[in-house]
Amino acid sequence: MKPSTAGWVFAAPALGVIGLFFGLPVLAALALSLTDFDIYSLAHIENLRFVAFDNYLGLLRNPLFWKALGNTLYFVAVGVPLSIAVSLGAALLLNSKLGVFKPFFRTAFFAPVVTTVVAVAVIWRYLLHTRYGLINWGLSGLGIDPVDWLGDPRWAMPSIIVFAVWKNFGYNMIIFLAGLQAIPEDLYEAARIDGASATRQFRHITLPILGPVLLMVSILTLAGYFQLFAEPYVMTQGGPLQSTVSVLYLMYEEGFKWWNLGNASAVAFLLFVLMTASTSALMWLARRKGVE
Amino acid sequence: MLASLALLLGSCSGRGDGRTVVKFWAMGFEGEMVARLIPEFERRNPDIRVQVQQLPITSAHEKLLTAFAGDSLPDVCAIGNTWVSEFALLDALEPLDRRIAATPGLRAQDYFAGAWDTGVIDGRAYAVPWYVETRLPYYRSDLLERAGIARPPQTWDEWKTAMAAIKREVGPDRYAVLFPLNEPEPLLNLGIQADEPLLRDGGRYGNFRSPGFKRALAFYREAFAQQWAPLASNTQIANVWNEFGRGYFSFYVNGPWNIAEFKRRLPADLQDKWMTMPLPGEHGPGASVAGGASFVLFRGSPRQDAAWKLIAYLSEPATQMRFHGLTGNLPPRRESWNAPALVGDPYARAFRDQLERARPAPKVPEWERIAMEIKLVGEQLANGRLTVDQAAAELDRRADRILEKRRWMLDQADQRAAKSASPAAAAGEGG
Repeated sequence: MKPSTAGWVFAAPALGVIGLFFGLPVLAALALSLTDFDIYSLAHIENLRFVAFDNYLGLLRNPLFWKALGNTLYFVAVGVPLSIAVSLGAALLLNSKLGVFKPFFRTAFFAPVVTTVVAVAVIWRYLLHTRYGLINWGLSGLGIDPVDWLGDPRWAMPSIIVFAVWKNFGYNMIIFLAGLQAIPEDLYEAARIDGASATRQFRHITLPILGPVLLMVSILTLAGYFQLFAEPYVMTQGGPLQSTVSVLYLMYEEGFKWWNLGNASAVAFLLFVLMTASTSALMWLARRKGVE
Repeated sequence: MLASLALLLGSCSGRGDGRTVVKFWAMGFEGEMVARLIPEFERRNPDIRVQVQQLPITSAHEKLLTAFAGDSLPDVCAIGNTWVSEFALLDALEPLDRRIAATPGLRAQDYFAGAWDTGVIDGRAYAVPWYVETRLPYYRSDLLERAGIARPPQTWDEWKTAMAAIKREVGPDRYAVLFPLNEPEPLLNLGIQADEPLLRDGGRYGNFRSPGFKRALAFYREAFAQQWAPLASNTQIANVWNEFGRGYFSFYVNGPWNIAEFKRRLPADLQDKWMTMPLPGEHGPGASVAGGASFVLFRGSPRQDAAWKLIAYLSEPATQMRFHGLTGNLPPRRESWNAPALVGDPYARAFRDQLERARPAPKVPEWERIAMEIKLVGEQLANGRLTVDQAAAELDRRADRILEKRRWMLDQADQRAAKSASPAAAAGEGG
């Protein structure tokens, strides 16, 4: 047996499983996205029409799709940098020699990640309540008028972003912490002897060595934040004025609420194209900067 | 060990021996409570055993569709009234006219017309109402009195006067009425009062630009523009019962299940300070949407005779009254309403009155989706982002887009009918 054949034989079972449970459904969904499969087609198959790219064109003409896309991009553009900054900050604090009760804070910061969204959303809805919420109560102490966090279309998305960042930053923090701990201490020592300030140490030692970790975390966070769904689903149901409808939320409504599976598949593929494009752009940027 | 297991298994299957097992799906709290009515039925019908399965209400619709796709529907089920057309179209439901005619206790005339009509698709009955609900205002009688309103308003004009008076009385931080923005019902109930239907041409197009619906849109918009109603959804009002008790709003348009909630949740000193009233219309008490749940028999069931007996039993006025006692749900038969428990309930009186005027929502499978658009456009209207004319045009545009497939199918059916030149063949299509 040639070595290459042996390789295929070993890989075959895994490839078969991936093909059956991943490749095939994706192909089926692609086929579905070219039809108008819906509740009527479920009743009689002759009610199924092949519509080619009409689903896609229809979406591109649908203002709600653009609104959902805009909301998702807003969430990604603000949420991803914020999430990375917060988790990096928390990791630096936990890694610093000045920190106390580190195991406690590590657990406390990680706790939101493992708690279910629905449970913490209930708490946050109370915190953000216009008239009885803790946040507005605190603001009123500073003389600021109450803000209708989840009911005002301007504030709903920022509220969701803060909630999502709080919920997720612990995960990235752990990865950063591992990266930070892998940086040899003598590099800092040498820098200190040369008289480098703390900011310069961060810029010239921590950040470059953390580069690959940063790239990985960025890609993971980007991919995760593009799939925004649970937060608006439990906090606002897409409202007010559809200001928190995300692309995935739109897909859920099309597919599982209204059984327009053809349309929902088209949404899924558009989101896939968008995510592939933005991750590739990120990789390209990183490669040009020499981080990988 | 093995022997005892075999004995256990034997006894399990043995219970079904000789008895027909009827599978019955019911939703939510009702599903839990209806199990208490089953022993009496089994006593009267020793050869039938009923297996009740409770569905969570939020996922019931998906579960039923999945069961339809997987050919595992039960024998009988209680489904939401607005779903009947959808399942009739799927050809999953058994027409019931013959059985209804053969059951002496069950008279269609005894049912509230609007409720009965929800189960009739193209002249054939597919569903028997189990309980009905419709929406009407709960109000704070003490606050109305303080604002100088002597009797509950009956027309939109009187209602506007009352709301303006209450708003003057309670000040800028409190409101006269709550129309939750995350529900289509308040606007829909105003809109269904119009003389024109909500959809036109057999459900091919939206009819929201009709003068009647536009007047409802204008009324709705005014309530927000005058700040009689807060720009709020139910999720922002943490606890509607508390807020009602605090006088945050004086009118709350909602369903009959809230009678029990208000009785339970309002403090004792407020218990004689709230009441229900018929929904005001343009000229006197108006119509509203007939909601609730109805029994259906599934076409694929081989045990339809036994399942029908269960429906007939649960539809008896005495059983309906026991069910009302367990759940507070309102019975759909006028005869049941003669029972002392309902005659003596002052809060139920307005519902009794309103149910005579309740109308079914348009019977197209897309209706739930169109209702969502009514909610969304209503929200934009309330926020002042759309004028009445724009909102009406926008609703028609969205409804027409949703109904595109339906139009195509109806046209196909018409063409087929024209080709075969037998109009009877096409009558069953559409729905």
